[in-house]
Amino acid sequence: MIQIENVSKWYGGFRVLTECNMQVARGEVVVVCGPSGSGKSTLIKTVNGLEAVQQGDIRVDGMHVTGVSTDLRKVRSRTGMVFQSFELFAHLSVLENLCLAQKHVLKRSSDVSEHRAMQLLERVGLAAHRHKYPAALSGGQQQRVAIARALSMDPTVMLFDEPTSALDPEMVNEVLDVMTDLARDGMTMMVVTHEMGFAQRVADRVIFMDGGRILEDCAKSDFFGGGAERGERSRHFLSKILHH
Amino acid sequence: MNYQWSWAAFNDLSPDGVHTYLQTLVIGAGWTIALAAGAYTFALLLGSVVGVMRTVDSKIARGIGATYVELFRNVPLLVQMFLWYFVLPELLPKALGTAMKQMQQPWGQFFPALLCLGFYGTARIAETVRSGIRSLRTGQQQASLALGLSGFQAYRFVILPQAFRIVVPPLTSELMATIKYSSVAMTIGLLELTGAARSMQEFSFHIFEAFSAATIMYFAINSVVVYGLMLVERRISVPSSGRSSAAPALSMTETGQS
Amino acid sequence: MPISRLHEIVAALPYLFETGMTFSLTLTALAAALGLMLGTLLALCRLSKSRLLSLPATLYVNGMRSVPLLLVIFWFYFLAPYIGAWIEHSPTPVQIGAYRSAVITFSLFESAYFCEIMRAGIASISRGQTHAALALGLTARQTMIMVVLPQALRNMTPALLTRVITLFQDTSLVYVLSMTDFFGAANDVASRDGSIVQMYLLAAVVYFAICFTASNFVKSFGTARHAH
Repeated sequence: MIQIENVSKWYGGFRVLTECNMQVARGEVVVVCGPSGSGKSTLIKTVNGLEAVQQGDIRVDGMHVTGVSTDLRKVRSRTGMVFQSFELFAHLSVLENLCLAQKHVLKRSSDVSEHRAMQLLERVGLAAHRHKYPAALSGGQQQRVAIARALSMDPTVMLFDEPTSALDPEMVNEVLDVMTDLARDGMTMMVVTHEMGFAQRVADRVIFMDGGRILEDCAKSDFFGGGAERGERSRHFLSKILHH
Repeated sequence: MNYQWSWAAFNDLSPDGVHTYLQTLVIGAGWTIALAAGAYTFALLLGSVVGVMRTVDSKIARGIGATYVELFRNVPLLVQMFLWYFVLPELLPKALGTAMKQMQQPWGQFFPALLCLGFYGTARIAETVRSGIRSLRTGQQQASLALGLSGFQAYRFVILPQAFRIVVPPLTSELMATIKYSSVAMTIGLLELTGAARSMQEFSFHIFEAFSAATIMYFAINSVVVYGLMLVERRISVPSSGRSSAAPALSMTETGQS
Repeated sequence: MPISRLHEIVAALPYLFETGMTFSLTLTALAAALGLMLGTLLALCRLSKSRLLSLPATLYVNGMRSVPLLLVIFWFYFLAPYIGAWIEHSPTPVQIGAYRSAVITFSLFESAYFCEIMRAGIASISRGQTHAALALGLTARQTMIMVVLPQALRNMTPALLTRVITLFQDTSLVYVLSMTDFFGAANDVASRDGSIVQMYLLAAVVYFAICFTASNFVKSFGTARHAH
């Protein structure tokens, strides 16, 4: 579903990503973790072309992301992205947030868009808030709306960039629950997160990054199993997070 | 101290033989308002375009926008006023130049002043709009693009609607500033409020009555503007989503020309 | 037309710069210095808890910012002799000269704007900083002087410098008092030689060159600060 081949990225003289290789198969949930500045946010933003790459190849659902003649809008309408800072459109109501792209990118009619939006709002438990504006919602509610908004485009792949990092602790679970349900329904997901509990429960594979490189890429059980094959840095990182 | 204050001075006939001084001042205030309203509207429209141009991806557009702003912000308003009034007619083709010079007073002063203040205000508003857009840009633009909206759609439906609501306070200050610097038009002979007060001072020697009246009228005009725009702001301001912050801390108008 | 006037323009340059530009620059420097001092005072008054200090300061600042600079220039030009008479207990108005009147006018006017820039700069320092300082046992005064002001000053320097550049442009308005600043000098030459187009364009170019260079300097100053 997602193929990242030998991707490198520079900001001026500074190398942000170095020869990253990874894949996400259909229906798989892959968690990407690592210390701050490891490049994981940058990596996930290359998947839908929000960040350009100087070297390497990226494909999503058969579409070439890094090609010269790529239609990025098409790629982006098939991938859904959820941001750390929610990024809901503050001047539009919840319902309008969900309908905007449906109408103007997928060219759906108002009725069809609103129907789909309501379905998704029911799914994330926020149907009653459809006419409210983002400022009236809590962080957890805003993020759930953001997930619904990404789903409104009926994507084949969902990308999450630290979806719970900006939330107060008591609201983290409501968002993780929505993501867990999504995974159970078979959505292909790539999730950048620090939530190791979520990774242990829901992920199929875990990827560990540091300094712009992918250092570990293995099945969940192997990653958390703590076997001697795990690299020094990932064990170090894990031990720091898991002893909360 | 031997200054004779006289409120009755306002009822004296001004040198034009038709109006009292009070009427001249009120007419002057009228010119001030007309000049400010016209220039501000012009500047709002053109300034929004230039401001957006400074933020889009095209290097050419950004270059044009930046050049415009630098040109009009680094030359004193007085010099610009003189260029529009004295120099432009000389540089235009003979027929057009002569027509300009022969335009009837006070329109012959009003229109150059209007153009001058309009183009000058454009540069200032462009900067305000630009900072409003920049305060939103990255996160909201990424979210829009991630949904598949085109760059143009992102600007139209997401960035610009919010940017304009965010910059309402600085745009209010900008209108007040326009009212103030419309006074520079007196240097080319337009009898707007400051000019009318100066004229009253020169001919009647009732110096402080004249300037007091002008001061009070400026306060009055400002109060109306502030109140009116407060109503507008209440209706359309938008609290932001997520952790993104609203207007930048030190607004451009804190440093703008008086 | 233009080429033949070139030698006239070159001949006028010494007058323009030695007389006119010197005037503009010294007026700017004096008004900026005095204005900053007064502006700091006003800012502290506005931020003070005592209404005796904050109210007059607020009225002054808001008043100054509601009227055009030209009006203030006229006000002070005519008012100053009477104030001089009052100070010196003289029966007749005391002339203080156009130059001094201009310096005082611009200082008083700009102080209101400097005050607002400083207030915004101080307000931009988060309350957490103040709380941390107080929690350590520092007094409110020490907190302001040792913690808040130093940081605020770094934040507000670009805005203050930009305002000084604006002040430099505003000094051209002494034209209405027939004083010979740079633009006044250009005007003199223009009327004497009949070279209005050339002189005004020259003036615009010179002002542009100075202000553009200065504002680029301010911009680089700001980014250098952010770099660390």
